[in-house]
Amino acid sequence: MQEPYLLTAHELQAKIGKDEISPSKILESLFKRIGDLDKRIKAFVRLNEECILKIPENKKGKLYGIPVLVKDNICVKDEETTCGSKILKGFKPPYDATVIKRLKDEGAIPIGKANMDEFAFGSSCETSCYGPTKNPWDLERIPGGSSGGSAAAIASDETILALGSDTGGSIRQPASLCGVVGLKPTYGRVSRYGLIAFASSLDQIGPITKDVQDAALMMNTIAGYDEMDSTSVDIAVPDYTRSLTKDIKGLRIGVPKEYFIEGIDKEVESSVKKAVFLLKDLGATIVEISLPHTQYAVSTYYIVAPAEASSNLARFDGVQYGFRFENASDLIDMYIKTRSKGFGNEAKRRILLGTYCLSTGYYDAYYLKAQKVRTKIKEDFDNAFKNCDCIITPTSPTAAFKIGEKMDDPLSMYLSDIFTISANLAGIPAISIPCGFTKGNLPIGLQILAKPFDEETLFRAAYTFEQSTGFHRENPKL
Amino acid sequence: MNTTYETVIGLEVHLQLRTETKVFCGCSTKFGSRPNSQTCPVCLGFPGSLPVLNEKAFLYSIKAALALNCAIQSLVKFDRKNYYYPDLPKNFQISQYDMPLSYNGSLEITSGGDRKRVRIKRIHLEEDAGKLTHPAKASYSLVDFNRAGMPLLEIVTEPDISSPQEAYDYLTALKAILQYLRISDCDMEKGSLRCDANASIRKSGEKKLGVKVEVKNMNSFRWVREALQYEADRQVSLLEAKENIIQETRLWDAGKMATISMRSKEEAQDYRYFPEPDLVPFMVEKTIIEEIRKALPELPEARTNRFVKDYSLSEYDAKILTSQIDLADYFEECAKQYENKKTIANWITCDIMAQMNIKNSGIIELGVLSKNLIGLLEMIDSQEISGKTAKDVLIEMIETKKNAYEIVESKGLLQISDRERIDQIIKNVLSKNGKSVNDYKNGKKNAMTFLVGQVMRQTQGKANPSIVNEILKKHLAE
Repeated sequence: MQEPYLLTAHELQAKIGKDEISPSKILESLFKRIGDLDKRIKAFVRLNEECILKIPENKKGKLYGIPVLVKDNICVKDEETTCGSKILKGFKPPYDATVIKRLKDEGAIPIGKANMDEFAFGSSCETSCYGPTKNPWDLERIPGGSSGGSAAAIASDETILALGSDTGGSIRQPASLCGVVGLKPTYGRVSRYGLIAFASSLDQIGPITKDVQDAALMMNTIAGYDEMDSTSVDIAVPDYTRSLTKDIKGLRIGVPKEYFIEGIDKEVESSVKKAVFLLKDLGATIVEISLPHTQYAVSTYYIVAPAEASSNLARFDGVQYGFRFENASDLIDMYIKTRSKGFGNEAKRRILLGTYCLSTGYYDAYYLKAQKVRTKIKEDFDNAFKNCDCIITPTSPTAAFKIGEKMDDPLSMYLSDIFTISANLAGIPAISIPCGFTKGNLPIGLQILAKPFDEETLFRAAYTFEQSTGFHRENPKL
Repeated sequence: MNTTYETVIGLEVHLQLRTETKVFCGCSTKFGSRPNSQTCPVCLGFPGSLPVLNEKAFLYSIKAALALNCAIQSLVKFDRKNYYYPDLPKNFQISQYDMPLSYNGSLEITSGGDRKRVRIKRIHLEEDAGKLTHPAKASYSLVDFNRAGMPLLEIVTEPDISSPQEAYDYLTALKAILQYLRISDCDMEKGSLRCDANASIRKSGEKKLGVKVEVKNMNSFRWVREALQYEADRQVSLLEAKENIIQETRLWDAGKMATISMRSKEEAQDYRYFPEPDLVPFMVEKTIIEEIRKALPELPEARTNRFVKDYSLSEYDAKILTSQIDLADYFEECAKQYENKKTIANWITCDIMAQMNIKNSGIIELGVLSKNLIGLLEMIDSQEISGKTAKDVLIEMIETKKNAYEIVESKGLLQISDRERIDQIIKNVLSKNGKSVNDYKNGKKNAMTFLVGQVMRQTQGKANPSIVNEILKKHLAE
């Protein structure tokens, strides 16, 4: 029999239903896998082996017995949640995030916390206070970020399902670089309650999974209005598994001319172009579209996101929880030393950037201007979707880069999110699925974007492509 | 000193709204509970928590705005005010900056016999902070977050107030209105109403405003008046001495009866306001505003006029009775049960209010039910007790919560008005005091006083004095 850790959630679901396997067998298989591999991958910052003692007795729920790895910025009651930062060391939330509550209610089992860039500030998982996670396809390379731990654990079969969060590409880019599926839902589709905020107007929680069907399954559980999150939207959640039809006849797919630019890796470009031809062969109509404000997305993002972050991260001051510098001479000294020693460099860089952008005299020139450009970017998509049902782009301009390669060059690091950031600014849903490999056997990802609250079209297109290619079945040699 | 100066004052009132729960979470707003017992992840600003607006707090704010003749903003939006302080759990306060809930209002007051219109610049809704205490000689401070997240209305005037007395009169009128709306306790001692002032002076007739000084820490209307008088005098003497007034914040020290410098403008903080991304802006429906407007209660001034007209009270009495809504309600309850309104007014404004002052309590806490006060008045009317006894009975009623009849009965205070019984007693007294009777008949009129005294002694003072006088005179004339 195949090792349970190799299976997907929907495969395990079927086996559990037929009593061919028990949740504890799945967990044991995973724990062994994690024990064998994670010393090298370092996807986990905390493994909760005690979860095997708390398997729900009644075999109920849409995800009964399915293990889920949780990104370290999503609150799980009484389990240390640190956002990959020293400043939150020891913080055990007194409550479950809404997504965790919903997963638990459906019988899913949170098995631990995944490594991430500190406070999700990064595209490589290197800014974590626990050190970098390695890409399972090449241990000298980064897994992408910030949800690098979640994506690497899925790619190395160290978990069945994983949760990530995406503020500018933090689900999709690591999914792409690790050769797995990652979905950023529409802003407001999934409750943010319990997600430790990076940039509140951009953050969304989403699934990182082995295939598209698992992503749909997970969305069926985590999506939907939450009265605890005023930004979640009260729109009925469809059964996403109904969109897994292998039929895209008549689907109009837009290809933005601004996305195939200089700087994009040749192998990535040709792989994505091949994907476009395949989709055409499968019955889709390809239309060229224009997203004219694309070039301003990265700079807009790097004003809006740090501005919100500078305020969101103000609460980490040593007063109530987490790390506190103990020998401070007075209050101000405690604030300064706690934050100086608690935050890493990238966090400090973004707090400074955001504080500056919001300061009197600079607000209009930076924050206000950025909000106006953001509206323009959103209008670009509104216009584009008049002529197409979804849009296809590369997820990342390159495959996984080497650990350390971009750490001293933040600008080039920021550019690795160039194709993903716009979806966050516009609030639209986007998915990354595997679409090929480089000559060096590194995964390449394809991004599909759709209208707000039209995740169904994403699932339909992604599933059709996945089932016709099978890239998702490739595994790294570990 | 030849120059005369005028004082220019603007007031900022902070009002805690009397909602059941806090403004952005479900915690209780009860006053005086054990520190930090009314807190949750939201009002503690825990990572991952999100605010949800309390609809009642919003509706109460609209109510206040309409009663103060304000325009209502059609789009409601919140902002973050960023600053570090240990009583502020998130290190930002959710407030309203460039688009206050309401603006351009006014309040007509009477001050020193003159009518005056004070313009209200803006009213906005925000969250309260926690409370710090600094134990004597301790090397630490304590923080109580029960108050954090209480709904707070900020009511700001234009600089229209031109004397400390006018400030006092404005606050009194404002408090009466706010109490009438039943949206707040308006209790300065509990901190549910707080006031800061901006004061400047200028030469009489000058148009340009002088340098303004902000005065804080005044916890009664009287202290506001004293502090503003001190501040005006201080500023005049500075100008007279050809010294500069510094723009600064000063604290009122009630012990020293002086204002003391706290911080200058140079130290003023940059609050880096920006729109609160966790709360979605929403449109205020016109129908809701109109509904609230229609449901507004009769306000103090209208009620005063009605009391004068309907109950033929003096304007003075009517004003006193309507200055507190509970008192006015109490009067009207009594008025329904008793014909002579002037008598009710006298009893409330004299005896009852004297007891309220002594006990420092409101009419409701005093515990004299309207029917019991009327019961007392009826006993006077039926000559069962004298007016003088009634005053003692009222005090007893407050102490024991019993009604007048029970007290009169149990203490044997019932006045003897039975003419036959009094006649018997008088005959008895006369038969024993032949000398005094003779003295009276010989022209010693003060013998009458002695004889009345004897009757009273026989009855332990309970005989109705006017009946005693009448019958005694009749017998002596025989």
